[in-house]
Amino acid sequence: MSEFLQHLVNMLVLGGTYALLGIGLTLIFGIMNVVNFTHGVLYTFGAYIMFIVVQQLGLNFFLALPVAVLAGWLLGATIELTLLRPLRGSDIDTTMLVMIGAWIAMQSGTLWIWGGVAKSVATPFPEAPLVLGPVSVSWLRLFVLAAAAMLILVTYLLINKTSLGRAMRATFQDHDTASLMGVNVDMIYTSTFAIGSSLAAAAGALLGPVYVIFPQMGDLAAVKAFAIVILGGLGNITGAVIGGFILALAEELGAGYVSSGYRDAMGFVIIIAVLIFRPTGLFARAERVG
Amino acid sequence: MRAAVTILAVAALASVPLWLRDPYLLNALITTGIFVIGAMSLNLLLGFTGQLSLGHIAFFGIGAYVSALTSLGFDVGLPGDVRLVHAPWPPIAGSLLAILVAGMCGYFVGLLSFRVRGAYFVIVTISFAEVVRLVALNWVELTQGPLALTNIPSIALSLPGIGELTLRTKMQNYYLVLVVALVAYLLIARLVHSHFGRAMRGLMENETLAVSVGIDVTRTLTLAAVISAAIAGAAGSLYAHYIRIIDPEVFAFINTVTMVIMVISGGKGSLAGPVVGGLIFGLLPVALRPVMAPEAQWIAYGGVLIAILFVLPRGIVPSLAQRFIRRRSGAPALASVALTETGAKEPA
Repeated sequence: MSEFLQHLVNMLVLGGTYALLGIGLTLIFGIMNVVNFTHGVLYTFGAYIMFIVVQQLGLNFFLALPVAVLAGWLLGATIELTLLRPLRGSDIDTTMLVMIGAWIAMQSGTLWIWGGVAKSVATPFPEAPLVLGPVSVSWLRLFVLAAAAMLILVTYLLINKTSLGRAMRATFQDHDTASLMGVNVDMIYTSTFAIGSSLAAAAGALLGPVYVIFPQMGDLAAVKAFAIVILGGLGNITGAVIGGFILALAEELGAGYVSSGYRDAMGFVIIIAVLIFRPTGLFARAERVG
Repeated sequence: MRAAVTILAVAALASVPLWLRDPYLLNALITTGIFVIGAMSLNLLLGFTGQLSLGHIAFFGIGAYVSALTSLGFDVGLPGDVRLVHAPWPPIAGSLLAILVAGMCGYFVGLLSFRVRGAYFVIVTISFAEVVRLVALNWVELTQGPLALTNIPSIALSLPGIGELTLRTKMQNYYLVLVVALVAYLLIARLVHSHFGRAMRGLMENETLAVSVGIDVTRTLTLAAVISAAIAGAAGSLYAHYIRIIDPEVFAFINTVTMVIMVISGGKGSLAGPVVGGLIFGLLPVALRPVMAPEAQWIAYGGVLIAILFVLPRGIVPSLAQRFIRRRSGAPALASVALTETGAKEPA
């Protein structure tokens, strides 16, 4: 029983960052209809920003998170403006392949600059974990959970309470009509990609110090993000949050009770199962064919 | 005219080992040839049915593992105290089994994945490939996991009059790959120009319209997936018996991307496209090796993929063919007719 409680606690910490990854991707995928293969690279990028700020520049740990968010925002906007805007109107396969090209180039760039050796980041938190009855959790992980929850809340408010968010939701529903109503759809696309990318970078900056940082760390993160989006349904933020926690739970239980080697297979199994048995996603209402 | 070009190209490729003595270059040509076969099989799906499968390396890898395990033998325990023991068979039997098993996997994956289209189809196919990779990595008793299957025997052919010929040298393997590639090319060409090929292209142009004229979508797509997977399995088998060592890295997503780049750059939906694109991208690392670090090569690789999609979105072969025809006749209208015949798709 205490083992199960420990899995639940781990699930909460993982699920928070997974939700961040999923929200970022579901916005991009849902609003822009772009299968964003650079999402994992942005996650890696966020982690390396953390490494640069804390280890190489020697600045404050808590300063690194906002820097990573900002850097992710800028890189995302750059990718959108240079690679996606010229291809507006081309089919989904073309943009997807361009994103694959960008992913290969950026990941190899990371490998070239920092090398393949895994890096770790020193944190200001005490080594001893917080013990609550039968479960224990490190202070760093608690901070990760709190920061992720705060970012999720900010994104939720941005989408639902601001005029930018309203324009994004309108574009998601029908970009032609939104455009007729005076929404600058090009600007919405760039903002969406930048916001989604900054959330991926934030997730990387948060999970980087928990594990280690290496150039290929984003590949699995991207797959997990796709699994979350498919679970939660396109453009569905609440779905992405729930999907993030479901994936984290499946991974924890899969690793704990099946075999730790198959932990990372859970995301793929979920993708296959959902698309075969319930292709509209668990929470989505929209039809998902074509 | 087309037949003459094909025969000339085959003759030129067949002459290569006679004047090329550098084993490193010959090796690069053999592995490139194996990947060209994979790219041709991917083109059958991507270019002629319009379905972008990003899990294609799964069938290649399954072919490699089936072929290797059949010729090496294995002894694994299954749930319920059952032991599955297999004594080594000749490599050629492994190749045939590889084609068969890969084709069957193509059938099941196709049956499940073709329930969704577009981005979802892409993501499902990636997921299948990754699940297979993780099984190959974790089922250590069967696959040796990351320790790799080693000492895979070379393919041996029993020829009448000569006896058994084991293909060990690079030159022998080069001709083996060339023959298999030629068979795959002719098979795909025959298929594309048949009634079935027209059904596939009809589906790609307009699925609703194709259904309305009585084309069985699921049957057509699944059959294309089976043939495509079987050819990829054959390529995987060649790979296993030539390299003679395989590990789960054979399933790496980057290998699928390599095949996709070969097809897209050469021209999807064009029979010669994957061959031209494959030779360029297969030999590009050889050309770049003296001047660039490996990481920089990969950056260039990604950059070239993006550049091709921006500059030559239809691929090298269709673009050149169009230019050639336009210059000869001076009539752009004729060019588009001729291109439709070779199967190139106009951008939507």
